Amino acid sequence: MANAHLRPAEPEPSLNRVDGRLKVTGAATYSAEYPFDNLAHAVLITSTIAKGRIANINAKPAEAAPGVLAVISHKNTPGVPAYPPVKQPAERAPIGTAFRVFYDELIYFSGQPVAMVVAQTLEQAQHAASLVEIDYQTETHQTDFVANRSTAAIAVNVQRNKTSPFQDYDRGDPDALPSAEVKLEATYTIPTQHHQPLEPHAIIAVWEADDKLTVYDKNQGVKSAQGNLAQAFKLPREQVKVNAQFIGGAFGSGIRVWPHTVAAVLAAKQVKRPVKLVLGRELMFTSVGYRPFTVQKIAMGATKTGILTAITHEGTGQTSAYEEHLERTILATRAMYACLNVSTRYRLLNLDVNTPTWMRGPGDATGMFALESALDELAFALQLDPLELRLRNHADADPERNLPWSAKSLKECYRIGAEEFGWKNRKPEPRSMQADGLLVGYGMASSLYGFHRHPSKAKAVMQADGSVVIQSATMDIGPGTGTAMTQIAARILGVSPKKIRFDLGDSSLPDAPGQNGSATIPSVGSAVHDACKALKNKLLILGASMPGSILSSAWPDEIVIKNGRIYPNAESRSSVLYTDILKYHKLPQVEMTEESKSGPERDQYSMYSFGCHFVEVHVSPVTGEVRVKRVVTCADVGKIINYKTARSQSIGGVVGGIGMALMEESVMDHRYGRYVTSDFASYHIPVHADIPQIEVFFVDQPDVHVNPIGAKGLGEIAIVGVAAAVANAVFHATGKRVRELPITVDKLV
Amino acid sequence: MTDEKPDDLTQPDDGTFFEQSDRRLFLKQSLAVAGLTLSPLSFLKTAEPDADEAPFGNAEKVSFNLSINGKKHRLSTDPRTTLLDLLREQLGLTGTKKGCDFGQCGACTVHVDGQRVLACLSFAVMQNGRKITTIEGLAKGDRLHPMQEAFIKHDGFQCGYCTPGQLMSAVSCVREGRANSEADIQEYMSGNLCRCGAYPNIVKAILDVKTGGQNA
Repeated sequence: MANAHLRPAEPEPSLNRVDGRLKVTGAATYSAEYPFDNLAHAVLITSTIAKGRIANINAKPAEAAPGVLAVISHKNTPGVPAYPPVKQPAERAPIGTAFRVFYDELIYFSGQPVAMVVAQTLEQAQHAASLVEIDYQTETHQTDFVANRSTAAIAVNVQRNKTSPFQDYDRGDPDALPSAEVKLEATYTIPTQHHQPLEPHAIIAVWEADDKLTVYDKNQGVKSAQGNLAQAFKLPREQVKVNAQFIGGAFGSGIRVWPHTVAAVLAAKQVKRPVKLVLGRELMFTSVGYRPFTVQKIAMGATKTGILTAITHEGTGQTSAYEEHLERTILATRAMYACLNVSTRYRLLNLDVNTPTWMRGPGDATGMFALESALDELAFALQLDPLELRLRNHADADPERNLPWSAKSLKECYRIGAEEFGWKNRKPEPRSMQADGLLVGYGMASSLYGFHRHPSKAKAVMQADGSVVIQSATMDIGPGTGTAMTQIAARILGVSPKKIRFDLGDSSLPDAPGQNGSATIPSVGSAVHDACKALKNKLLILGASMPGSILSSAWPDEIVIKNGRIYPNAESRSSVLYTDILKYHKLPQVEMTEESKSGPERDQYSMYSFGCHFVEVHVSPVTGEVRVKRVVTCADVGKIINYKTARSQSIGGVVGGIGMALMEESVMDHRYGRYVTSDFASYHIPVHADIPQIEVFFVDQPDVHVNPIGAKGLGEIAIVGVAAAVANAVFHATGKRVRELPITVDKLV
Repeated sequence: MTDEKPDDLTQPDDGTFFEQSDRRLFLKQSLAVAGLTLSPLSFLKTAEPDADEAPFGNAEKVSFNLSINGKKHRLSTDPRTTLLDLLREQLGLTGTKKGCDFGQCGACTVHVDGQRVLACLSFAVMQNGRKITTIEGLAKGDRLHPMQEAFIKHDGFQCGYCTPGQLMSAVSCVREGRANSEADIQEYMSGNLCRCGAYPNIVKAILDVKTGGQNA
C-alpha cells in the first residue's frame, strides 16, 4: 500500500484527534442523543404533490391513535411569531421568501412539510403519521430543468444589486473569441446532487420556559441558528440556546435553519414537552438543500501555442419558486488563468422544487468541472500536454482584481503532484495506455478556492492547576476543529495538548462564524492564536512582577515555554511554572478574550488557496466500468496546523469528488416532481470498494498576508477540480469526452 | 406457532436487569416471536382478547430478554421497535447510530451472538435470548479495543457518525478472515458507508490490526 508521505516533511508528529476516544467508544453525543424525561417524538408528513394546495386534512384518525399528543398543520399551528399574518390564499410567496412551515395551504414542492405528528414513542408517531389523510388540489408543476431552461433569467436579487458579482461580466476585447486561432465550445451538465451526511438532520427542542428555548440541533453554526430562532420566535438572543457539539457530517446541509427545525420547536411549544425530530433518509432529499442542477457553456479561444486569448463562461443553475440560491459557478473562470478577455453570465431557473443550498465547494466544484474539462479539451485540440497548457496560462497576479496574490504556490503544487504521480509516464494519445486488459487513463485538473475569514472571538483561560480551557462558539462537522485549535493553543502557551480543553458548538460561548466556506481555521484559529498570545503575555507580566522573579529581566522574545514551565531563555536551567504565578497572585484563573478579524490587507491582496489533483482510472473496454486506481492531490493552503487531520480532509474531498464524477445523481420523476432516488440504494455515494489509497501533499508555507497563523482553509479546495480530473482521465483512457455527470457506464459504451 | 399467551406478558415489567436467564422462557418467547413473524394477526388475537377492534397501531408490549454488553436485561417493548431504536431510545445506548433505517448504510452495525447485524433491520423482540455487543461494549473498561486504537492512530474517521458501525464491522471483518488484503477489506467493509471519505484510513487501520496479530 502506498503511504501518504509528505513533502515537505511533516514538521512535528500530528496530534491525534482530541475527541477521538469519544468517537470510537460511542460516547460522542450527537443532536438526537440527549436524554430527556418526558421526551416526545415527532414525525413529519410531507407533500406528495409538487404544486397546488392542501384541500383538506383529516387528522382525526391519527389524533385518536394510541400515544398521540398532537397533529400539527397550518390548521392548528401555534404559529411562528415572526411570520406575517396569513396572506391571501391566491398569493404565492414572492421571490426571496424563505419557506414558512405550516403557514398556509400552498404547496411549493414535493416533500414540503405539511403536518407533524407528535406522540409518546417513535413507533406510535410513525404509525399515526400513516393515518393522517390529506387531500390536495393539484396544479401543473415545472420541475424539469432541461424542458424549462429557456425561462432562465438573471436573478431578481442580482438585478437589484448593481455590485453583485453575478452581474454580467466582460473584460477585454469582445472580438477576441471570434478571431482566435483555435476555438472550442462545449456544454457541461451536473445533475442535482445531495449532501447526505451519514447523520440525518435531527433536533431536540426544549422550551425551558414560555420565553426560553434550548435546542440540540444539527447545524453548522450555533450562533446563526441562535439568531434565526430568536428572530423567528421573537425572543431575545440570550433566551435561545443552541447546542451542537458533535455533528455527523453536513457538507453545507447545516448552514441554514431549515423548516423542520422550526416545526420541531413549534411542536415542543404545542405539547409543552421536549420534542425530538429525526429526518428519515428519504426526507434528507427534500428538506436540507442540495447542489443544484447546473448547465454551463464554455467557449475558449487560444493561440496555436496554447495561450488563452478568450473565455466565455455561461452558467445556469436551478432554484426554487420562492427563493434565489446563487453560487460561484462562473466566478473561478475570472481568476484562474491569465486571460485578458473573459466574459461570464449567470442565470437562474425557478422550478417547483425546494431551494438548493451550498454543498462542499459550492459553485467552484461545479464551475471548475466545466473550466478544467474545457482546458483538457483545448490541450487535446492543441496536442499539448494538459499540465503544460496550465503552466503556460498561469496567472501571476489576479487577472480579475488586478491585485497581487497574498501567496500562490500553484506551480509548486503542479511540480509535486506531477512528480509523485508519475505524470511524465502519460502517453498523450487517448486509448494508448492499457493494463490487464483495461484502458488506463491519466487526468489532472487545477483547483482554487477563495479565502474567507470572518470576525471571531476566543476565550483562553489558564486555571490554577495549570490546565487550559479555550472556548469559542465554533463548530466541528468533521474536520477536527478542536484538535487544530488545541494544537494552536499548545504551541503558543507551551502547554501539553493533554492539559488543554477546547469547547465549541454552544451558542453561549464567544462569537464565532459557522463552519462553512473553509473559514474555520483562518477565522477561529486566528482568534485562538490571539487569545492565547494575550493570555501568555498577561501571565508573563504577572510572573515578572513576583519578587526576585527570573522573568523580570528576561527579553520577551527570548522566553521559552515547555510543558507549562517558563524559561527566561533557551540556555536557562531555572524556570517558573504557570501554576506558581497563579499561586503567588492567589488567582483561581487568568483569562483573556480576543477578537480577530481581517484588516486592510483584504484590499491589498487577492486571497485564494490553490491546488491540483492527478487521477488514474482503469476503464473496462467491454462494460465501460470506471475504477479510480490512484489519486495524488496537492494543495497550497498556507500553513498546515495538523497534518493528520488535514490529510484526512483532503482525502475526504477527493472521495466526494469521485462520487460527484462517477455516481451521484438525484433523479426526479417529472410526472410527479418527486425524486426517485431517495435512499442510499438509489443515490449512490462512494463505498470502500470504490476508493483507492489517496496520496496527499501540502506545500505548507504560511501565507503571511492572510492572518496571524498563515493558514487558509482546506475543506472546499479538496473537492474543487476532482470531478474534472476524473473526467479528463476517463477521456484519456477511452477517447470519450463525457460532459454530463455522473460518468456512468451508459455514457461510455 | 403458539396459541398460548406467554406467561411473562401478564407480569409487570419495569425493564430492570435480572441476573439469571431462564432458558425455558426464552424458548417459549421464541415461539411467540415466530408466530408474530409468520402471522401477526393471529398472534395479536391470541395476545389481546379484543384485538379485532383495536387498530393495528395499538400494539401491546412484548417482554423478552437480552444480554447487552455482558449485562442481562429483561425488557418490555412495542413489538414494532427495532433493535436500533431499543438501544437508542429506551436503553440510552446511543453509540449505535441511525443513518438510514433501511439497512443501506451500516451505521447501526452491532454484533448479535458474535455476528455483525444491522440493528435497524432487526425487531428487538426477535433477538430474545441473544447476546448483543454494541460499540459501548467493545473496549474492556478503560482499555480500548485494538481496532479502536488503530482507528485513532490512522484517523479512520472525521465526523465520527459512521464510526461505531465501521468499528463493529471492522472487528467482524477480521474475525471472519476477510481482512487479508486491502482489496478484501474494501469488499467486506463496503456495507459501511462513510460520507466524510475516511475509507483509505479505515482500511489502513484494519490492516494494521490484522497484520499486528491483534485479536479482534
